[in-house]
Amino acid sequence: MLKKFSHGMIERNILLLGVLTLITVSIGGLAQIVPLFTVETTIERVAGIRPYTPLELMGRNIYVREGCYACHSQMIRPFRDEAERYGHYSLAAESMYDRPFQWGSKRTGPDLARVGGRYSDDWQAAHLRDPRALVPESIMPPYAFLDRPLDTRNIQRHLQAQATLGVPYTPEMIANARADLETQARPDRDPAGFQSRYARARQAAFDGNPGVVTEMDALVAYMQMLGTLVDFRDVTPEQLRQQ
Amino acid sequence: MPTKIEKDSITGQETTGHEWDGLKELNTPLPKWWLYTFYATIVFAAVWVVLYPAIPVQGWTGLTGWTARGALPAQMDAERARQAPMLARLREVSAEQIAADPELRGFALAGGRVGFANNCAGCHGAGGQGATGGFPSLADDDWLWGGSFEAIHTTISHGVRAGESDEERGIAMPAFLTTGMLTQAQVNDTADFVLSLSGRNVEPAAVERGRELYAENCASCHGDGGEGNRDMGAPRLNDQIWLYGGDRASVVRSIAYSRAGVMPAWRGRLDPAMINMITVYVHALGGGE
Repeated sequence: MLKKFSHGMIERNILLLGVLTLITVSIGGLAQIVPLFTVETTIERVAGIRPYTPLELMGRNIYVREGCYACHSQMIRPFRDEAERYGHYSLAAESMYDRPFQWGSKRTGPDLARVGGRYSDDWQAAHLRDPRALVPESIMPPYAFLDRPLDTRNIQRHLQAQATLGVPYTPEMIANARADLETQARPDRDPAGFQSRYARARQAAFDGNPGVVTEMDALVAYMQMLGTLVDFRDVTPEQLRQQ
Repeated sequence: MPTKIEKDSITGQETTGHEWDGLKELNTPLPKWWLYTFYATIVFAAVWVVLYPAIPVQGWTGLTGWTARGALPAQMDAERARQAPMLARLREVSAEQIAADPELRGFALAGGRVGFANNCAGCHGAGGQGATGGFPSLADDDWLWGGSFEAIHTTISHGVRAGESDEERGIAMPAFLTTGMLTQAQVNDTADFVLSLSGRNVEPAAVERGRELYAENCASCHGDGGEGNRDMGAPRLNDQIWLYGGDRASVVRSIAYSRAGVMPAWRGRLDPAMINMITVYVHALGGGE
């Protein structure tokens, strides 16, 4: 049987080659495409997930721009050693508004999926400016240049783009995007409207300077909310089922 | 293209029959061991797909029903059960009692070392040495909020200015310039007086001008002679240890705009037994009281 089969047969018959190529490529394609039809079933029904605030969204853009994902994953895998070190394993629901997701499979630095609240704002800003001042053995590059004003001109269009992709930003959120961004980074502003739109979002001078909204503000705001939306004390095993 | 298969005179192998500008290609099949290993991986994959959740159909979990998420709780529970007797003992007693019991102390120091490395070392340094910029050393006997077992335990549990409790560790220094309590010149004079407390060489006239300002604005927390007050987390000012730097500019900045370092509250994040273990470990770093 094996003796009879020969590549020569396929190589000489253009029609056979075409059909077999189509079948092979289709299998590969289906393996990638079919799961997308059932992706909804993988999202756990947990409470607390909300879209990023405008400031956090800008911080996330900076995170992606600076290539943080090259060294830091945001994916705590369901293994005991990871759960002991980082906390509860990451849920699909926690990155359902991430486009693209920041899961990653390579860690030069630690996983950041639950870094939010683990350090103070001061520490995050000081560490980004000069990692080795705080962690002498660190090999992370310094990001002191992030202390420059944040470009907020297109913030409404950023939210609009996310809304187009299916993130539930309401027209009210989009209309107030600029104001909400400023409010979150300036503790002297009244947070009432902002906090009614983004539940449990924290207002602070993230970079230590309340006067100017900087890229540092945005990045620290983003990192300080990572992994904090779901309160795992309230989560039941039933809610975590991916069916 | 000619497809005449011929024997290569040097190797004795057949050619593929293809020829390009006189170059002929030998028909060298893949080694048998490689080929069969390859077939074996295909069979392995087919078995894997049947046994494990590989097909994205609702409700399909594979014949074994195994998932990484499903397996994790059992692993965690098994490990918890193994540690349970010791952790229960570590939860029940105070950190001080742990330190007095050699068996518990040994366990707590080992567990606390790991817990410290994972949760505390980022700010306080791998050896508890701290860092300039508001990250206090835990390896010396200069404590902001106290170095007894109880004080360390409270600090770890509630954090500092973590916003979770107004009563514990919530006090912050006023920003004397921003709030208009002092002018810039007064801030400078006060800074000079503060520097004189630790024997620094500063302009005597400025020290004299700062003396009264200090007594009115600073002494209630930092003490008349700069001895500090642990109830308020007010640092000692008459020693050479500076949380935010001891140069004049840093002290002026501290008075003008205040400093309010934040430490997260670990109650709720960490098991009470782990908080006890880290307390014992920090107490043993060098400066425990």
